[in-house]
Amino acid sequence: MTDLAQYIPAHRAKLRYIKDRLATVSITAGGTGVLLAILLIFFYLLYEVLPLFGSAEVEPGVQHDWAGEAPALLYVEEQGEVGLSVSAGGEAQFFRVEDASVISRRDLAAGHAPVTVIARDSAEGRLLALGHGDGEVTLARHDYRVTYPDDGRLITPSLNRLYADQVLRLGSGAVRALAVSDSNNGLLLVADLDGAGLRGLRYNREENFLTGEVTLEEEVLQLPSLAGQTAALYLGAGQRWLYRLDRAGYVTVLDISRVGDDGVVPIVATEPLFEGGGPLATSAMLLGNISLLAASEKGELAQYFMVRDAQGGNRLNRVRSFDTDGAIATQLLPEHRRKGFLLIGRQGELQLFHTTAHRRLYAAPLGIEGAAVAAIAPRGDALVAVSGGVLGQWQVHNEHPDVSWSALWDEVWYESYDEPAYIWQSSASNNDFEPKYSFAPLAFGTLKAAFYTMLLAAPLAICGAIYTAYFMAPALRRKIKPVIELMEALPTVILGFLAGLWLAPFIEDKLTGIFTLLVFMPVGILLFAYAFSRLPLSLRSRVPTGWDAALLMPVVVLIGYLSFALNDPMELTLFGGDMRLWITRELGISFDQRNSLVVGIAMGMAVIPTIFSIAEDAIFSVPQHLSDGSLALGATPWQTLVGVVLPTASPGIFSGLMIGLGRAVGETMIVLMATGNTPIMDANIFEGMRTLSANIAVEVPEAEVDSTHYRVLFLAAFVLFLFTFVFNTIAELVRQRLRSKYGSL
Amino acid sequence: MAQQSDIYAKGHRGPIAWFRSGEPMIWLNAAAVSICVIAVLGLILLLAVRGLSHFWPRNVMAVTSSYQGQQKPLLGEVVEQVQVSGEQLSEAGIELQGPGPFYGRSLVKQGNRDYLGSDFVWVLDEQMSDPSWPRDIVVVERLEWGNFYGQLVSVEADGEMLADATQPEQLWQAFQAQIADTLEVRKEIHGIERIEIGAINHQMERLRLRERSLQLDGQLDAAAQVELAAERAELDARYQALQSQLQSLYQSIQGASYSARLADGRVVELPVAKVVRAYQPNAMSLWQKCAMYLEKLWEFLSDEPREANTEGGIFPAMFGTVIMVLLMSIMVTPFGVVAAVYLREYARQGFITRTIRVAVNNLAGVPSIVYGVFGLGFFVYFVGGELDQLFFPAALPSPTFGTPGLMWASLTLALLTLPVVIVATEEGLARIPKSIREGSLALGATRAETLWRVVLPMASPAMMTGLILAVARAAGEVAPLMLVGVVKLAPSLPVDGNYPFLHLDQKFMHLGFHIYDVGFQSPNVEAARPLVYATALLLVILIALLNLAAVYLRNHLRERYKSLEN
Repeated sequence: MTDLAQYIPAHRAKLRYIKDRLATVSITAGGTGVLLAILLIFFYLLYEVLPLFGSAEVEPGVQHDWAGEAPALLYVEEQGEVGLSVSAGGEAQFFRVEDASVISRRDLAAGHAPVTVIARDSAEGRLLALGHGDGEVTLARHDYRVTYPDDGRLITPSLNRLYADQVLRLGSGAVRALAVSDSNNGLLLVADLDGAGLRGLRYNREENFLTGEVTLEEEVLQLPSLAGQTAALYLGAGQRWLYRLDRAGYVTVLDISRVGDDGVVPIVATEPLFEGGGPLATSAMLLGNISLLAASEKGELAQYFMVRDAQGGNRLNRVRSFDTDGAIATQLLPEHRRKGFLLIGRQGELQLFHTTAHRRLYAAPLGIEGAAVAAIAPRGDALVAVSGGVLGQWQVHNEHPDVSWSALWDEVWYESYDEPAYIWQSSASNNDFEPKYSFAPLAFGTLKAAFYTMLLAAPLAICGAIYTAYFMAPALRRKIKPVIELMEALPTVILGFLAGLWLAPFIEDKLTGIFTLLVFMPVGILLFAYAFSRLPLSLRSRVPTGWDAALLMPVVVLIGYLSFALNDPMELTLFGGDMRLWITRELGISFDQRNSLVVGIAMGMAVIPTIFSIAEDAIFSVPQHLSDGSLALGATPWQTLVGVVLPTASPGIFSGLMIGLGRAVGETMIVLMATGNTPIMDANIFEGMRTLSANIAVEVPEAEVDSTHYRVLFLAAFVLFLFTFVFNTIAELVRQRLRSKYGSL
Repeated sequence: MAQQSDIYAKGHRGPIAWFRSGEPMIWLNAAAVSICVIAVLGLILLLAVRGLSHFWPRNVMAVTSSYQGQQKPLLGEVVEQVQVSGEQLSEAGIELQGPGPFYGRSLVKQGNRDYLGSDFVWVLDEQMSDPSWPRDIVVVERLEWGNFYGQLVSVEADGEMLADATQPEQLWQAFQAQIADTLEVRKEIHGIERIEIGAINHQMERLRLRERSLQLDGQLDAAAQVELAAERAELDARYQALQSQLQSLYQSIQGASYSARLADGRVVELPVAKVVRAYQPNAMSLWQKCAMYLEKLWEFLSDEPREANTEGGIFPAMFGTVIMVLLMSIMVTPFGVVAAVYLREYARQGFITRTIRVAVNNLAGVPSIVYGVFGLGFFVYFVGGELDQLFFPAALPSPTFGTPGLMWASLTLALLTLPVVIVATEEGLARIPKSIREGSLALGATRAETLWRVVLPMASPAMMTGLILAVARAAGEVAPLMLVGVVKLAPSLPVDGNYPFLHLDQKFMHLGFHIYDVGFQSPNVEAARPLVYATALLLVILIALLNLAAVYLRNHLRERYKSLEN
């Protein structure tokens, strides 16, 4: 040994040592790095998904003294820099939010009778309606112009009278409650006047095509007189429903699009708002003017909207109620872009809710004294409130209120729907759209696709594996296995393309043939087998053992050909020439060209080789002496297979099925191309589906980064990841146990 | 087994005894194998037949179609023939004459989209009469509006008649000569537009970025501005020169035109400048058709797509696929091998390594779309966005790497195929007998030397297998690519003559996505379908070859160690 050392110079030995250490360190670092990178997938998905389930946070900002009159109405513009307050007397002032300094002031009551009530057209609208003491109504709109002089942002607010040259008078008494709706068709005003009751006026806008001159045509709505004291009036979207809430907690809904026999607008419903009774505390219309929110003096808070019942009538439905922890609302603030709202309580509580998700996202005291009048910024990221001579501002972190466990997986009663439903509809063209993020139809579609796939793939793959591993001649086996492996390597985009463009029209055309094939194939094969067994031994022995599969190939082709060749006559005799028409007409089952049957067959092709390889491996590795023993004891080959080989190999077959299922669940291209991608919940084999994976592929490129939609799609990916990972792990563990169990045999 | 089945046959001959023996079940199992094999082979056969037949110059039929007393001449290739039940047809409101119950229906490719509205038309066989195959029918493949079918009437150049139908031989030759000339000029135009003007545009853009980054650094002084202006002026001048050259080239081919008669007798004049090729299929011999077939096949493989990808070739898609797969291989091989070597040779074997092994194995089963989502969120938006902030602030707000592109696509696929390489390499390492490592160590080699000189060379076929399987998987994967960088039509190849030659930030075309896009998003699916079959066939052949290579290597590897183990 010592001799050896003298042949190697010391510096070289040192160099070699350093190299060795270097290799160890770099390989360890590289190896762990790669493994960590793999872990990163999991954590990154989690990181994108987690914000969906966090609660909201509200951070108080600086408070300033409020110099002006106490506001009756408050508004903050888009950037959260400029606010508008209107006092009960009609004094409007624009102010800077950061220091409560006044920008401009204007008396909206000037030249009119004193203001008695102030109303807005909607949660996000900037139209103000002022009711005056003499039954007159004036309208104003506030606007904010953003310019960028000298690289800085400058917001110039303005307040303009609308219909200034028109006297909008509803009657002679003072206005007590007011609702306004302005659309392209015209202006609608409904008010409750002192001594005169409900009054309604509609101004239909008519534009002269030649001159472009706009004229207003006045139309008086004949409204019934209602008992009780009006607390609030609301006009629903589309100017159809008029909601009148009284102080005792009752609501009356009128259909102002119709006129009854007596010439008066009909009452659709009158009912108590609250289960626990009690007077109305406050109310509001949610974004979109479809849902009504009302809070009682007993702390009850609920959402209502009109639904059509089974008889075709309309009723006001109490959709969901929210838990306020006993807080009594003084103000409900709907958000401007989402179906969420804020509650300001009598004791200065602040609570954040979202209606679709049925979630309370935040609840804590606001931290300023007295009853506050508040406004939420259009982006939903800032809150401004005035109370007791103080202007407070808060930053609201509430990025993803619209997702909750129940919104994802339970039936949700969406606005304008007649009953709760599972719906996936993530985007629409209008701004006040209620996103519908229900995973249920997608998960259902995924499982439906996987089910029909496995229905085809599992028997074929397992039977094929049994035969290949246990009965087939080795020479043939060596030829068959590469073919199946080639099948595994077929890109799914090709399977999907063939399924969508060739198989789907083919099946539609030869539907009867498919069903005949299902009957003919087993029967034909058995008949052939029986006939073969009746052949004289000399003929039979010409076919070497284990070559049955090769013998069957022409038989299979022939049966297939016959089934489809007989399709037309069979269809004519059984279904009057067109089975597809027959199915839709006689059975009442709807039929899509790209349906689950097509997906099942195409995805079956993708999954068969996966199951086949693993199952075949498991059966083939069952020790020879087990089956030899069984055969020696007089069992037939089939009995040996069923009684000895299959039980031994069953864990392996099971793990093959699991991995196959995982593949079917995650497959994207086939489903994307071979179905119509409609998110429906219907197990009908003749209809399509939309799966989680196809949904991701379709929607992710269009989703805005870090929006709720984007994160929900990441959640879908995460669900897929977990699902396949868990299934594969189970399969792998089962397989490892199998290996250690029979490795010793 | 033959003997055993005979035992049953002797004593109890009868279907029930035969049934009890379990023999029918064995046959059914055998049938399952047959069905699978037939399905695979049938599928490939289908692709081959449909894909390869597209390039064959089919004869053009002239026929009179009569329906409800109206007669209409029709000219076109019969593409498909089917049998339809009478009920289905009456349901669609078609008046039938024959007794039924089934009616033949042909899909005729009539071309002439600019005059007839649609390329394809379904005609009932009973409505067609007097089919003929006139030898003078010309098929003209064009750059726009699909194929033209008709009879050539005359060829003109700059308003001067070169030949007319009185001398069909001369007419045809003049036409072919004109086409050859314009093709030559078009090639030149293409070269100028793509390569030279492309290079100038590229330099202009780099100039703009340089100016912007100087501006951002506050170094855009007068000297720099003068320099930039001078460079810009020079580029402008070159651009103008090329423009005028282009203009004269365009003008030189504008004059040539040909007149042809449509099936309904109208004579139309069309520009030769838009012609790709013209031939008279009914007059061609079998050999000429074969030559034409090969020509079209070559065009398919080497040319760029035209007419919204429904005509022409798929070269950019092939090129994109190959480049993407190459980049992926460069990334995945070292990382996969290092991870496998670490797991097998360096990490202490125990519960944790076992867990990691299971996890890596399972990652191969995670749906590819999940990788796509990860790639989009992490690579494109997160890493790409950061890179843009750091290295390409001049180009902002238009993203450089913060948008899907070649690099992110290859990286995502590298991650997707990492488990494949790790598993295959590990398997190879595990097969190397321990005695060989011990032998090397006993001779005084260090661990690193043993690894580098002994273990890795022996495991190299396994690595190759892993890599080939990874490449096969990557080449066929589409779902993640749709999110991280593939587009339906890339304006230029990701490799070209402009610095930095390989454009990692560019979007690219891909065979698999091409299939999806042309087959499902194309406005003219009927016209595009044969091309999709051909593309699919090409992809299958590519992947099958890769897989066969992997299988061969694996067998080779096994043989090698069998001899070692003995």
